[in-house]
Amino acid sequence: MKLRVNAFWVSCAVVVGGGLMLTEVLHNDYYFNAMYVILQGTLMAVAWNILGGFTGYVNFGSAGFFAVGAYTSIFLDKYFGHALPLPVLIAAAALVCALIGLGVGYLSLRLKGVYFSIATLAMAIVFATLISNWRYMGGARGAYILTPETFLWFHSYIQMLFMVILLLTLGAVAISRYLNTSRLGRGLAAIRDDEVAAECAGVPTLRLKLISTTLMGALMGIAGAPYPFFVTFVDPASAFSLFVAVNAIAMPMIGGTSHWIGPVIGAVLLGSMQQVITVTVSSELNVLLVGLMLVGFVTLAPQGIVGLAQKYWRRRAR
Amino acid sequence: MLSADLLSNALVAGVLLGGFYAAVAIGLAISFGQLDIVNIAHPAFVIVGSYIAWILNSRFGLDPVLIGVLATPLFFFVGVVMYRIYYAAFERTGQESLSGLAFFFGVMFILEVGLMLVYGVDYRLVSASYLGKSFHFGWIGVPLRMLVPFTVALVMTGGIWLYLSRTFMGRAILAVAQDPLALQLMGADPVRIKQFAFGLAIATTSVAGSLLIMIGPVEPSIGRDYIGRVFAIVVLGGMGSISGMFIAAMILGVVESVVSTFAGPSWAPAVAFGVLLLTLALRPSGLFGRR
Amino acid sequence: MSTPVLTVRNLTKRFGGFVALQNVDVHVNAGERLGLIGPNGSGKTTLINCVSGALFNDEGAITFEGRDITRMPPHQRARLGVARSFQIPKPFRSMSVLENLRVPLEYAAWSRAAHRHITDEAMDVLEQMGLKGRAHENSAGLTQVDMRKLELARALAAKPRLLVSDEAMAGLSSSEVDEILEILLALNRRGVAVIMIEHIMRAVMRFSERVVVLDAGQKIAEGTPEEIVRNPQVERAYLGE
Repeated sequence: MKLRVNAFWVSCAVVVGGGLMLTEVLHNDYYFNAMYVILQGTLMAVAWNILGGFTGYVNFGSAGFFAVGAYTSIFLDKYFGHALPLPVLIAAAALVCALIGLGVGYLSLRLKGVYFSIATLAMAIVFATLISNWRYMGGARGAYILTPETFLWFHSYIQMLFMVILLLTLGAVAISRYLNTSRLGRGLAAIRDDEVAAECAGVPTLRLKLISTTLMGALMGIAGAPYPFFVTFVDPASAFSLFVAVNAIAMPMIGGTSHWIGPVIGAVLLGSMQQVITVTVSSELNVLLVGLMLVGFVTLAPQGIVGLAQKYWRRRAR
Repeated sequence: MLSADLLSNALVAGVLLGGFYAAVAIGLAISFGQLDIVNIAHPAFVIVGSYIAWILNSRFGLDPVLIGVLATPLFFFVGVVMYRIYYAAFERTGQESLSGLAFFFGVMFILEVGLMLVYGVDYRLVSASYLGKSFHFGWIGVPLRMLVPFTVALVMTGGIWLYLSRTFMGRAILAVAQDPLALQLMGADPVRIKQFAFGLAIATTSVAGSLLIMIGPVEPSIGRDYIGRVFAIVVLGGMGSISGMFIAAMILGVVESVVSTFAGPSWAPAVAFGVLLLTLALRPSGLFGRR
Repeated sequence: MSTPVLTVRNLTKRFGGFVALQNVDVHVNAGERLGLIGPNGSGKTTLINCVSGALFNDEGAITFEGRDITRMPPHQRARLGVARSFQIPKPFRSMSVLENLRVPLEYAAWSRAAHRHITDEAMDVLEQMGLKGRAHENSAGLTQVDMRKLELARALAAKPRLLVSDEAMAGLSSSEVDEILEILLALNRRGVAVIMIEHIMRAVMRFSERVVVLDAGQKIAEGTPEEIVRNPQVERAYLGE
């Protein structure tokens, strides 16, 4: 047990070290752009899976949480005249989205799972409509964000953003891993497997579901907070995008939902594939492919890549 | 601000719109309201129906309503196939909640982006001789492009409601979600009944799609606005109640029309979802829901 | 005279226009073995759902160990010591047999369990149920009998003071019925009050100290097994007029 814990943290340290090294060695900003997108997808996938894979409730409104995180960032940045540092913006976005998660959860988690899913979709569209009509944020036409001048010791701003999102993603993965193996996580799994039986076994199902939803909301808000600085132009269409919505579900389901590493695998594989396709073909094709892969995996390999791997190892052990 | 003729026009438009919304939602009232299948891709099928109407109308000049009706067997067949996949992959193994939802989510994206890739994002229209005309009653204008869909919608939803309440198959559909065992004991196979019902649900999208493109121009992503509308209608009407769904469709049509007229059309999508959230918060069983 | 561990007073439960339970009075004494019988549809499972909290009754009160639990959610009742098994087993399908028991130990029994030795406690329960050999098997692949045992094991792992066994023996063979009966008797010997809902008469007769009979939502008889068997009202309820 102890050896395995160390292996995880050592891997994290290696990844961080590797990231830092890349910022020294790689000078083509394009790679950092691509890695940022992949990491953002990973963070969203890990967040989604906390409520989806671990607890069994499907969130259709991931784009909503992400966009509100981004717009919280924009709003505070504008309101305080670029005076607030990025970590403060990230924390604010986390708080706002956590509250939204709590609110939507409180509204719908006492009902059947499908109502929660529809409520999350409703939330996303309501916020998209509100923001599209809010002139201070640029409305439907969008808002421009100036890239800050400071980027610490890095060679470019994107390199710093890359390290920021790398750390955030590793943090989310660590939280997800902790959940997977903790008493809280086992309670969530019981809710996923059979909510009524869980309740009768003493699991406070509503409370745990709300914790799960709030945590997911916060992490998705965190994913959205640096986004405006990454793209420098944000409009509701891109923030509340198709891509974010379908990836947040497809990546964990393709990777495997019951293990914390599933969303990471799904996100890295899918994210990399999408980066290649966007450059070579088109970005609409990406969504089509992700949709096809999602349907394919969900019908044929519902346990995802992790599940396939587990089956393979079990067969070899025999 | 609140002028009588503006309001009365908004109300009339709302009623006509509501009737049309009922046509769009009735398929979901069957698949979700009766069979508990969360077909979030339902509006995407409607858009496919719209595109088929556009293609055949622009190439052969056929009447859109006629196209919608003629294409129903094809849609029915697709619905049956989809249900078989859904049943084999999810219902049988008890995985409906997570995987089933994700399945339809994926189908929705495939349909929408598929249309986008093949036909682009331009708005598409149909043309028919009567579409530009309107009746006038005093200061109230009733455009035919809304009246015709309203009438067809009424016929279709009324017909389906009669079918479900009067025929054996129809009543079996109403019963299948609540008591599959009883059905089996009566010699009816619940799976075949659900398969038929789901096929019927998808078949309605063919007609709904042709009505949609008569009312206004269509492009692939407008399906997403309808997700909120159809789920709001089915939830507000109450699960399992077709007549409740119809009333809810009317309510939504009128509220949306009034909001659109007085606050601006950009608020329209939020109306449906707002209604949905309100219903979930205050009365989740809807107006006429079962239990 | 022993004190009642569970008191159900004047309980009424309606589903729309249908009255499932009407003015039902039942009590269970500490450490008692109560049989609950009645024809299908008489309201036994509804009563149990109200006691465990899966349903909320419309009228009446439920007291457990002196505390009013009428409006308490199920998980809180489980923590106080009310446990139930389900008629159709509901295992946590992604978990092994052992992991299934961790949940009640870590939640319902959290205040009564040894936090550092959950796995040991779970293994103890499995040993009592005869499931130790299957501890690491996935719970979804068990045989019918073993699934029923797992249901009871999970209820046991919650360290209850009242256990409701809902038709745990339905459809089992004669020797399997005896196995389950032995387990319940052993549990009762350790001071746990048990309510047994069963259709298998010989099990109810052998097991119960007292029997309550429901019919069409009302209590129609109460007494020792021998008294119940001779009661003409009970006979009528089961066989019709």
